[in-house]
Amino acid sequence: MTEHLPALQTALPLLAAPVCVLLRRAALVRVFAVLVTWSCLAIALSLLQEVLGHGEISYALGGWVAPLGIEYRVDILNAYVLVLVATIASVVIAFPLAGRELRIPKERFFLFYALFLLCLAGLLGITITGDLFNIFVFLEISSLSAYALIGLGRDRRALTAGFSYLVMGTIGGTFILIGIGLVYQMTGTLNIVDLSQRLPPVLGTRTVWMAFAFLVVGTSIKLAAFPLHQWLPNAYTYGPSVVASFLSATATKVAYYVLVRLLFTVFGFAFVFERVQLSALLLPLSLIAMVVGSLAAIYQTNIKRLLAYSSIAQIGYMTLGLSLANLDGLTGGLVHLFNHGLIKGGLFLVVACALSRVESPRIESLRGLGKRMPWTMAAFVVGGLGLIGIPGTVGFVSKWYLVLGALDQGLYFVAFMVLASSLLAVVYVWRVIEVMYFSDEERAPERDDAPLSMLLPTWVLIGATIYFGLDTELTAGVAEQAAAYLLGGAS
Amino acid sequence: MKFSAMRMREKLIVRVIARALIPFILLFGLYVQFHGDFGPGGGFQAGVIFAAGFVLYGLVFSLEDLKRVVPWRVVELGVASGLLIYGGVGVASLLLGGNFLDYKVLDSHDAMHGLHLGIILVELGVGLAVSASMLAIFYAFAGRREAR
Repeated sequence: MTEHLPALQTALPLLAAPVCVLLRRAALVRVFAVLVTWSCLAIALSLLQEVLGHGEISYALGGWVAPLGIEYRVDILNAYVLVLVATIASVVIAFPLAGRELRIPKERFFLFYALFLLCLAGLLGITITGDLFNIFVFLEISSLSAYALIGLGRDRRALTAGFSYLVMGTIGGTFILIGIGLVYQMTGTLNIVDLSQRLPPVLGTRTVWMAFAFLVVGTSIKLAAFPLHQWLPNAYTYGPSVVASFLSATATKVAYYVLVRLLFTVFGFAFVFERVQLSALLLPLSLIAMVVGSLAAIYQTNIKRLLAYSSIAQIGYMTLGLSLANLDGLTGGLVHLFNHGLIKGGLFLVVACALSRVESPRIESLRGLGKRMPWTMAAFVVGGLGLIGIPGTVGFVSKWYLVLGALDQGLYFVAFMVLASSLLAVVYVWRVIEVMYFSDEERAPERDDAPLSMLLPTWVLIGATIYFGLDTELTAGVAEQAAAYLLGGAS
Repeated sequence: MKFSAMRMREKLIVRVIARALIPFILLFGLYVQFHGDFGPGGGFQAGVIFAAGFVLYGLVFSLEDLKRVVPWRVVELGVASGLLIYGGVGVASLLLGGNFLDYKVLDSHDAMHGLHLGIILVELGVGLAVSASMLAIFYAFAGRREAR
């Protein structure tokens, strides 16, 4: 059965979603969804192990051989992303759903789990497939379920947030589809490996340049790269915290993966960075994202919105790594994909824990929580240190590689900006910590921490930010191999 | 919505014509469904046409009447089981030793026959899921005022 693991990776959550609808009972559905998601993680881990040991895996869906049929192709890059997505999903799905954050009553919770599994299937599908059109199909599956998940937020503004996400996401999806259509027109193939061989002779044509523009802009919308990030803050602020945790840690990361795949595998290093000179555009935008995102985060009064703006800054780091286009830079971008997923997923779970005790996500209402919920708030501190990039946390590992990559190119200003924007992160993290720990309350509030069932998943992610900050074998090691593979394939 | 439905129900011609048309719409939906593997057509189009018959009934009479014919639970069941039928074919071909969705193994003697069987089942799943989804969308929009 092991040779069918690539198909099961997406088929399992995809088929589990309707089963959730048939089972209906909230407790039953939850156990079922957790088991399915954990099996997805097991599959992803064994795929990564297989790829590390024996090289690429190719799976012909329906027995139709590539390039005619749809091929699932697992290499070191997407095996790594699959592990991230499955890990985050496994933790978030185990987090108990809080009725006060959702607009649906308890007897309809099964819809949440069905949507979650559909979204997971879509994200895993985008990552694993080796077919460009298939990427679009899975992108739609994951996006449509993500819009609905955002709309489940209790706050009525969740509906408008979900709707504007839908509008932006659909524009992005349409751009991607147009790009795919143009590429198909020029080459007659949709298979990514086949495309990488058939595109070079026609790279000079205007059609391919247009396709490139549509694809890059479309994925940048999904990625929420500055200045196409407008949908993100509201979606994460008004959507349920668990959804924000899942999406911030996976959806934008998968979009980043698609961008990397397009630039390095489909269009190729020489075209993207020498002829089009994408870095001339992407590098300044990444720097602006880092600064503007962090600055905006400093001025937020809502902790979820603060984290959302921080995400925009962190996405800036990832695209920065991409635009440096050397081994260290790309490693930094790829390792930050994993590391930021852990940090931001963990921090949004901290917010979910806090919201089980306080009414509103305003920073003001966190006053004194440091004493009232010591474990929850300690998790925030550790995650916040990761965002800043203190040595010993994952944030440091990513920034180390980014700075190395920048220095390697002789871009001292860029290296300086990476460090300077970390200082901005200190400011916005400190603002929250100050309110939590150093506000002068008259009487010490009673200890009333979140239940263990919430603390455990949160600390799994937050603990991982420390673990992978010290042991970089799995993250930076694999990311470096993936970066070398991408750059090697280009030359 | 409700207001206009009331008025439509009072119109004799609309009522009679709709009643006469609905069976033919459903029949045409089935024709498109089973014609799918020989020529133009297939599960998606058939599902939409099939659902259109029910939507017409709901428009001419009322949402409550339609809900008596197709309760919400049935719609939900249709969406879920449609997807399950599709995926089930994939799993079945896995269990029979082929790749996911490899219909050829569904019939151990004749690969062509297996292909046929597979595509008919998959299209059936698509048709069911699509027509149920169409009805779900119609219910969601038409029932908006009642929900509030």
